[in-house]
Amino acid sequence: MKYDVVVVGGGPAGLGAAVEAKKHGANKVLIIERDRELGGILNQCIHNGFGLHEFKEELTGPEYANRFIKMVEENDIDYMLNTMVLSIEDKKIIALGEKGLIDIEAIAIVLAMGCRERTRGAIDLAGYRPAGVYTAGAAQRFMNMEGYMVGKKVVIYGSGDIGLIMARRMTLEGAKVEAVVEVNPHSSGLTRNIVQCLDDFDIPLLLQHGITYVHGKDRVTGVTISKLDSNRNPIEGTDREIECDTVLLSVGLIPENELSSDTGVELHNTTKGPVVNNKMQTNVDGVFACGNVVHVHDLVDFVTKESRIAGRNAALYVLNKIENNETVETEAGDGIGYIVPQQIDTKLGEEVNLFMRVRNIYSNRKLVVRDGDEIILQKKRPHMIPSEMENLKLSAELIKNLKGNISVCVEEA
Amino acid sequence: MEKNITCIVCPVGCRLTVKKNEDKTYTVTGNTCKRGEKYGVEEMTAPKRMVTSTVKIKDGALRLVPVKTSDSIPKELIFELMELLDDVEIEAPVMVGDIIVENVLGTGINIVASRDMCKVS
Repeated sequence: MKYDVVVVGGGPAGLGAAVEAKKHGANKVLIIERDRELGGILNQCIHNGFGLHEFKEELTGPEYANRFIKMVEENDIDYMLNTMVLSIEDKKIIALGEKGLIDIEAIAIVLAMGCRERTRGAIDLAGYRPAGVYTAGAAQRFMNMEGYMVGKKVVIYGSGDIGLIMARRMTLEGAKVEAVVEVNPHSSGLTRNIVQCLDDFDIPLLLQHGITYVHGKDRVTGVTISKLDSNRNPIEGTDREIECDTVLLSVGLIPENELSSDTGVELHNTTKGPVVNNKMQTNVDGVFACGNVVHVHDLVDFVTKESRIAGRNAALYVLNKIENNETVETEAGDGIGYIVPQQIDTKLGEEVNLFMRVRNIYSNRKLVVRDGDEIILQKKRPHMIPSEMENLKLSAELIKNLKGNISVCVEEA
Repeated sequence: MEKNITCIVCPVGCRLTVKKNEDKTYTVTGNTCKRGEKYGVEEMTAPKRMVTSTVKIKDGALRLVPVKTSDSIPKELIFELMELLDDVEIEAPVMVGDIIVENVLGTGINIVASRDMCKVS
């Protein structure tokens, strides 16, 4: 089998990239998806809030996915379901499907495998290993797609968005959510989700608290929680037990990059995703990446935006229309956790969106972009928090005149 | 009277200040769009929420199909609505936007399917 562009992953990033590659002149485009249907995790995200940027209306996850699946069909894009890519080497893809091993040749490849949840092992949760400890996303799939109620008395560990959404979902389905326990002094989810998922239902959010023990041998019977000091150590005498039968973990997501690193794609230390330039190109010739496999986004709309860049450039690569010019690096300065893309091709002649996360909660500060010592852009920000991605637009004009590496810092306004 | 609330209309999450004036009208500040202003006033007078859930489906690819309210409903009706949805069972196939329950709880709002699901025998 030979294709122009092969997209690994049929979630929002993969769908967006495939459609865009086709629109920009790639003739044969294939999506490979390991699940039984396209749409990825959006299919289990039945809550609303998707698509405000993309479609100017508020959709649920399945509705958002549906629109892109229709575009895939309208554009005659091939897809394989129940098929998993095992390896990529020199643009040769080996995948395992229902009929066995498949060899596929591609001119360009787009990596769009998304991310996965951190589990109990990742946070060293003490106790036996009873039934009733789930990641929030697994519980979401059980409840929203498979039709199983995962518990009745719940403690949620971590205040990531999926955990917050599940606090509301379980409450609506008749469970009692005792508390959301968060080790940081601030929530790691979007503010609107704190309001409509916790405050609406009087669910307490315990900041700077940790679960120090999970009780129960066969099934969870409760957890011990403690207040934490600034080094995240439990403060003596503050522990108390909460009775519950279920613990949901919402303690972060990690881009899924085993395939990328086996392929020789360079990964970034902070994002844990491929190092990319403003064409969403990786260091491996003809291999592009987009979506949560590059860095974990908080809005699917931004994933779509990014996937379009990857898809379009994959098509241009196929048509031999991509030029590789000198690039400059982007550096995360004071107060900034990371910046994507990590490299900018200054000759591309297009504006660039820099996506970044701040390290702390900041009020009334500004984001300052410097080319060497020279300030080239600054934007005031009344409020910034680590859980909400920041976005700075650098105009084509600005990019054209860059002399060296650029850095972004958080500074006093 | 003044109240600080976070707008939940979109993911921006503007921090609104809603002030009740002497003539019983409200002034909203801190919003960055028109919808935020509407939300601010509504939240003080008659709070509403979109509700998304699932209903059982027969012969579908999955056991459940996701549904949503076609518009936001009064907050106090949420649990009554959830109870009503407990007993709803539809048959595949269903298409996104299909009406599952019409004029739910007399609100004039429909419950609609939020995905396609084909029939699997």
